[in-house]
Amino acid sequence: MINKWVVYPLLMICSICLIFPICYAFFISLMDGGEILQGQILPKSVTYQNYIDAFKSVPLLQYLWNSFIVSTSVTIGMLVVSSLAAFTFVFIPFHGRNVVFFIFISTMMIPWEATMIPNFLTIQKLGWINSYEGLTIPFFALAFGTFLLRQHFKIIPLELYEASQVAGLSQFKFFYKIVLPVSKTSLVTLGAYGFLTTWNMYLWPLLVTSNDSVRTVQIGIKQLQTQEIATEWGVVMAGVIIVIIPALLLLFLGQKQLQKGLTQGSIK
Amino acid sequence: MKKVELVQISKSYNHHTNVLENINVSIEPGEFFVLVGPSGCGKSTLLRMIAGLEDISQGKLFIGGHHANLLRPSQRGISFVFQNYALYPHLTVAENIVFGLQAQKVPKNERNKRCIEVADMLGLIPFLKRKPRELSGGQRQRVALARSIVSQAPICLMDEPLSNLDAKLRSHMRSEIKQIQRRLGLTMIYVTHDQVEAMTMGDRIMVLNEGKIQQIGDPLQIYNHPANAFVAQFIGSPPMNLIPATFNKQKQTIQIEYHHEILVPLHDVRNISNEDIIVGIRPEDIHLARNEPIHFQIEVVNVEVLGTETIISFKIKDQQWSMKWNGQWRIAIGDRIPISLDYQVLSIFDSKTGTALKNAKADTHYKINEVNL
Ligand SMILES: Nc1ncnc2c1ncn2[C@@H]1O[C@H](COP(=O)(O)OP(=O)(O)OP(=O)(O)O)[C@@H](O)[C@H]1O
Ligand SMILES: [Mg+2]
Repeated sequence: MINKWVVYPLLMICSICLIFPICYAFFISLMDGGEILQGQILPKSVTYQNYIDAFKSVPLLQYLWNSFIVSTSVTIGMLVVSSLAAFTFVFIPFHGRNVVFFIFISTMMIPWEATMIPNFLTIQKLGWINSYEGLTIPFFALAFGTFLLRQHFKIIPLELYEASQVAGLSQFKFFYKIVLPVSKTSLVTLGAYGFLTTWNMYLWPLLVTSNDSVRTVQIGIKQLQTQEIATEWGVVMAGVIIVIIPALLLLFLGQKQLQKGLTQGSIK
Repeated sequence: MKKVELVQISKSYNHHTNVLENINVSIEPGEFFVLVGPSGCGKSTLLRMIAGLEDISQGKLFIGGHHANLLRPSQRGISFVFQNYALYPHLTVAENIVFGLQAQKVPKNERNKRCIEVADMLGLIPFLKRKPRELSGGQRQRVALARSIVSQAPICLMDEPLSNLDAKLRSHMRSEIKQIQRRLGLTMIYVTHDQVEAMTMGDRIMVLNEGKIQQIGDPLQIYNHPANAFVAQFIGSPPMNLIPATFNKQKQTIQIEYHHEILVPLHDVRNISNEDIIVGIRPEDIHLARNEPIHFQIEVVNVEVLGTETIISFKIKDQQWSMKWNGQWRIAIGDRIPISLDYQVLSIFDSKTGTALKNAKADTHYKINEVNL
């Protein structure tokens, strides 16, 4: 047992370090311009003007909606593709299965940025610039997701599969009636991970969108910053707070599941 | 009720070595057939081939008279009980029981009716709403059993279903399974490595070792007339005592140790051709020597008092033997006891092939005991 008197202060320092920027951003978003320039930490008077300005200066609601659609589609698409791939790698024996899997996960070592140009060209050829397809489909097949789910599927006893074969279940029925419900925690974990990463994505949406119709909210924040000559930090921070709310919500709601899912593979 | 026939069945996992070889057996409708053998002898493999969970490398399988090698598991009219029960952890007991029926599109009220019926038979009614992890091992085992019964498949396959239970529950479930099998007239193929289970449950037993059939027969046949030294030692508890010995044709005697000879009757002399033999004797066939000739003066190394019987272990030619005497005996470790071996109760095996040359006479047991040492 490590001493409480060591662990708790350490944890407190860490959490303060982590939370401070968020709190500071929140405080700034409530100050008016003068106060911000004075370098105050706590606002003297509370004003909501920054939030109103943020919504006025860029179509923030439209962006939020776009982000929501894109993140949700990516989450769902990724879960479908990854779980089907993982199922194949665990339950359907074929020659060279391990080799294929190895090649599959070795793509995890290639940074996304390196594939950006070829992906962009493909998207362009398909005419998917400025469309939800262009923003979502490239992220459906996720090596990490397949890997995570494969690890979970592997701890499902093979006897369950055999019992369902004896009962006369088709492979697909076994997949959605047994495998998916049993792996709920991993699916939630992967879903949360997918949603947050997509929500926070910046470079790719910037590349494949050129107008407001499908742009996501991260680009919107960048726009807040550069539209004026002197950036109004209060407005930017108001935008930031709006943008991180979904992430925080997801974290609080899904924290338990997230922890379970991430540690499960290693315990059993 | 369906017959299961295996013709010249072999199995190889790696195309080089066979884990099962030349299995020929025909399992009668309504029979309780037990497959028994030590760990790794291929029992599960054989059962899984019958179930269709494993390919058959060579040979033919007939179920109910039809060629079944290529049928899918669900088409074979079987149910399967796994060693670790294989219950679906996210479904309740009731859902687990009817899961297979759902897949077979049995209508809902029929499903419920059968579920209640089977749950009642196995005493599962109070647990229908629970999840498997909220059940004890014995209850889980019963759910697995219920799942297989509810399918109404005429053939039931079980792979060591009782090995995760404690001794008391195991003996209870033994008789329960046996009764259900009788009542429903199931053709049962039951795998176990426990010879007690095999003896007590089986109408017929097949003893397997290293992928080969050692013997098929009813329990007493196998106990009294083991086909070879392996079966003799595998069936029975404590196991049959075995010891290498020499047969002297001129003197018509078996010599176990230098100065102890056992006379062989004339009509048996012809049957024994080799000099090197293995002599076997069941623990219950060794008695205290009183009026009989003393064959050994043994020194006791261990005594187990079981209440109704006493098991005494001793060493002969650096092999540990045991003998089982009826009743309660006051014997201490280190005591020296004279024992006699009757020719009638000896089994004799070929020392190379292990084949039985002579079996013990089955009806020569038990005398009333009293001893003053
Ligand atoms: N999938 C497999 N691939 C290769 N070899 C296997 C496979 N399954 C079993 N074997 C081998 O086949 C032999 C028989 O195995 P099997 O599982 O049938 O034994 P068993 O009699 O059921 O033993 P136990 O009582 O321990 O369950 C063993 O030597 C085992 O190593
Ligand atoms: Mg086995």
